[in-house]
Amino acid sequence: MSSHAPSFFTRYFYSTNHKDIGVLYLVFAIIAGLIGGIFSLLIRMELAEPGMQIVGDDYQTYNVWITSHGLLMIFFMIMPAMVGGFGNYFVPLLIGAPDMAFPRMNNLSFWLLVPSLILLVGSGFVEGGAGPGWTLYAPLSTSGHGGPAVDMVILSMHLAGASSILGAINFITTIFNMRAPGMTLHKMPLFAWSILITAFLLLLSLPVLAGAITMMLTDRNFGTAFFNPEAGGDPVLFQHLFWFFGHPEVYILILPGFGIVSHVVSTFSKKPIFGYLGMAYAMAAIGVVGFVVWAHHMYTTGLDVDTRAYFLAATMVIAVPTGIKIFSWIATMWGGSIEFKTPMLFAIAMIFLFTLGGVTGVVLANTGIDVALHDTYYVVAHFHYVMSMGALFSIYSGFYYWFSKMSGIEYSELLGKIHFWLTFIGVNITFFPMHFSGLAGMPRRIPDYPDAFAGWNYVSSIGAYISVFAAFFFVFVIIEAFLRARKASKNPWGEGATTFEWKLSSPPPFHSYDDIPKVK
Amino acid sequence: MHNILFFLIAPLLTFISKDSFSKGQPSEWQISFQDAASPLMQSLIDLHDFVFWIITFITIFVFFLLAYVCVKFSAKNNKKPTTTTHNSLLEVAWTVIPVLLLVVIAIPSFKLLYNQNDFSKIDMTIKATGYTWYWGYEYPDHDSITFDSFMLTEDELEEGQPRLLSTDNQLVVPVNTNIKMQITSDPAGVIHSWAVPSLGVKMDAIPGRLNETYFNVNEPGIYYGQCSELCGPGHGFMPISIRAVSQEDFASWVEEAKVEFASDNNDIIVSK
Repeated sequence: MSSHAPSFFTRYFYSTNHKDIGVLYLVFAIIAGLIGGIFSLLIRMELAEPGMQIVGDDYQTYNVWITSHGLLMIFFMIMPAMVGGFGNYFVPLLIGAPDMAFPRMNNLSFWLLVPSLILLVGSGFVEGGAGPGWTLYAPLSTSGHGGPAVDMVILSMHLAGASSILGAINFITTIFNMRAPGMTLHKMPLFAWSILITAFLLLLSLPVLAGAITMMLTDRNFGTAFFNPEAGGDPVLFQHLFWFFGHPEVYILILPGFGIVSHVVSTFSKKPIFGYLGMAYAMAAIGVVGFVVWAHHMYTTGLDVDTRAYFLAATMVIAVPTGIKIFSWIATMWGGSIEFKTPMLFAIAMIFLFTLGGVTGVVLANTGIDVALHDTYYVVAHFHYVMSMGALFSIYSGFYYWFSKMSGIEYSELLGKIHFWLTFIGVNITFFPMHFSGLAGMPRRIPDYPDAFAGWNYVSSIGAYISVFAAFFFVFVIIEAFLRARKASKNPWGEGATTFEWKLSSPPPFHSYDDIPKVK
Repeated sequence: MHNILFFLIAPLLTFISKDSFSKGQPSEWQISFQDAASPLMQSLIDLHDFVFWIITFITIFVFFLLAYVCVKFSAKNNKKPTTTTHNSLLEVAWTVIPVLLLVVIAIPSFKLLYNQNDFSKIDMTIKATGYTWYWGYEYPDHDSITFDSFMLTEDELEEGQPRLLSTDNQLVVPVNTNIKMQITSDPAGVIHSWAVPSLGVKMDAIPGRLNETYFNVNEPGIYYGQCSELCGPGHGFMPISIRAVSQEDFASWVEEAKVEFASDNNDIIVSK
């Protein structure tokens, strides 16, 4: 027996095996996602009708919800699922490596996230909680919040950031040095490409966030005044630092999704990916340009008009490589023999809904128009279309695609499809009307709104109830699969699935490869 | 498969250009901008509508491409997949055409941006200061009339005053006048944002900074806005309410206001 896995406790708590850590990350992401989903449910319940529904006069609680919802979904759901989960599990398999380059560092990456999550969720129960929004703008997060709640969030972000930086170093080293013989970078599967680029974005952007929140920590506790105008500091400096991290961050959230969708579309169309090099370098271009567009989040802060003109132009440039990806996916499907299994449904929906979220991004890139839309629900609609339908749909797509590989059992195709349609209908009913509210001028992050906004908000709330139900239905789909335990074959998807992982058993042996695979 | 979305988009397409909503504030089931009450907002809406047609076309194009591919090349209809992975002409086309489209959008966009920031013809100045959680206004060109503007609570509302938008003191401005707004925040406070959708203005009120923007109201009326940067628990409850009046009415309001808000003003002078 080539596989000699340790006992359960040793295996999952001392885990240095990339596949076990990947599974831990995925379980972690599902738990964090459900907590984040409960926050979104609370938010939508509060906003279902004009007037205060559940928080009463305690408006701070509402701000704590939106802050927690944002941070949870970004740092504890999407990132762990995509990079930590699928990245850890599949990058070594896809490039034919025995494991990650630094297995113990990999263990540390995961276990740093657990106290980080505890600090974040815990901050909500401490002296009113932290409610400066996920963007943590100073001075609301410095002089605007007494008590230790915001300090806990800062520490939580430090831990999550350290975790991601360690992970990024691990991925870059692994991908550059541990590819199977014959697998040049230009033959590497696109998911590995996407994780490589994401790792660079993490490595370059997270230290800036760490610096910014450290300055905030010393402003709050040690009498410095980086962001305090009364002592010569500048609140806008924080926004520059934050968005220098924050904009690459949104590509960190979506790039691995691009990788997953590429695999899924190619597999279920039974065709190799169309324009492989264009796909890889489009992601690289998005990564590079993503670093020089940050101030489009700050159009109304009183930036110099020429600066705004530059950021307008730079931001629009991003639409070009993104367009290349969309059209290349469609071209991959063109001439294929497409099977509409659950992963493919999520992938197709992702392509269309991400396009929809992308084009509203083009609207927002126009500084002149953004004056009317900045900080309204139009922005909320935009980023939920690219995140909740772009990133989350690709996570679901990847999950159904690789579930049998990871677990050795098959999910129920019928339940998977029901889950897809519930999610698809739910999120569209939730987020599409937000475009309307936003155009009409409804500001973000308000616990109560003028009566005229009631109609679309009610519709949104109905959609949110469906979406949250769909999220719990997803858990049911997994439980059902484990209860029925239908044994999965090596390759359930047939001729279209050509990458290395499908040549291994399901689940792969504890040590994946007895012999290092070779690329012809 | 995207039926739902289509039905959601369809009304938007039908009604996007038929704005017949009440002036200066949002209305029920509204799906587009509030009516423009200033020339700048009108040009903003025009640019938006122009971009909107382009993005709608792109979205529908991608939708039909996907739908066509899904039907034509389903496993049922196409048993044997091709192996095509390259087509240089196509790849160049889907790079160059979006670039051209973006250039077409960018040109009027730059024009609007520079128009919004053209402060060469200013007739008067008003200063707005964001506090937690109300706005303070000052008329430096009119003997520094100074007053604060608080949201009216539900029991203070009178007939016809919209909830969460109405304030005790309104910002009174003359119509057809280029008004420069200087916007800042309490130096010891947090960031707010002074926004009035129908006038097309939104500018952050930042402690330690004096930002500026301008507007010109077309006709008399009341125009509402809300704070647009998260500023703590009271963020949703510090609206902006502007009463635009004729130039003559404004002149007489100035005289009344000098008396009415005299005490406020004196306090400041004394405290200096």
